[in-house]
Amino acid sequence: MALKFQMRIRKNILTLRLDGDLDQSCIGKLKEKVANVMEKYQIRYLILNFDKLSFMDSTGIGFIIGRYAEVKKKNGMVFICSMNRMVERIFNLSGLSKICFVAKTENDALGYLEVA
Amino acid sequence: MDSLIKNNEVRLEILSKIENVVFARAVSVSFLVNINPTVSFINEFKTVISEAVTNAIVHGYENRTNKYVYITISYDDDFVYLEVEDKGIGIENIEEAREPLFTTKLAEERAGLGFTIMEVFTDSMEIASKVGVGTKLSFKKRYQSGESND
Repeated sequence: MALKFQMRIRKNILTLRLDGDLDQSCIGKLKEKVANVMEKYQIRYLILNFDKLSFMDSTGIGFIIGRYAEVKKKNGMVFICSMNRMVERIFNLSGLSKICFVAKTENDALGYLEVA
Repeated sequence: MDSLIKNNEVRLEILSKIENVVFARAVSVSFLVNINPTVSFINEFKTVISEAVTNAIVHGYENRTNKYVYITISYDDDFVYLEVEDKGIGIENIEEAREPLFTTKLAEERAGLGFTIMEVFTDSMEIASKVGVGTKLSFKKRYQSGESND
């Protein structure tokens, strides 16, 4: 299954919804589009919504680390929400839980940022 | 590998194009339907084959798209076996490559977790590699058939 993605921008918050399989075959296009938007809108907070993400391998971990490095320069944060069990296992294995915030839903992450 | 002791086997030769990683995953899922695996078994196996074939293309062949990756999937009553082989550049230091977070391609945002994930998701992983000749990964993963899904 190919990867579909959708981006929503609100002030300096980018919400990225992924749908399908995240692997090396689709990462180039995704990275380019997301990096452009992050640069153009001076994104500081990135919310990754994995609700419809059916598969992810270490390519996805590399992608998250790369985006984390970008928002960190602006003292920003990365939120990951709605992970399925399998994606969560890879996520935990990678140690990313130490640098990213896990939220149950996209709204939880947005809510946190509104208050913060 | 002695195919006589196996219940079933499939061999694939795929061109080293990254989109074929998707195909390799799909083939593995279709083939393993025969043993009625659990959902988590299939998810883990898909991840292993994805990591291994991606490694062969990105590292073994350094993204050259005119080479072949050789994949063999088989099973007996207890284990599923996977071999992924490339005739690429080989790995200079296998111990180093196995280290979590070790990567030769940091600029390309490779996480350096491929081997760690493959090792965690299988019961055994063997790496045979020779510089300038290629790399062969061999995995064994135990399965239990007919379990309720997940």
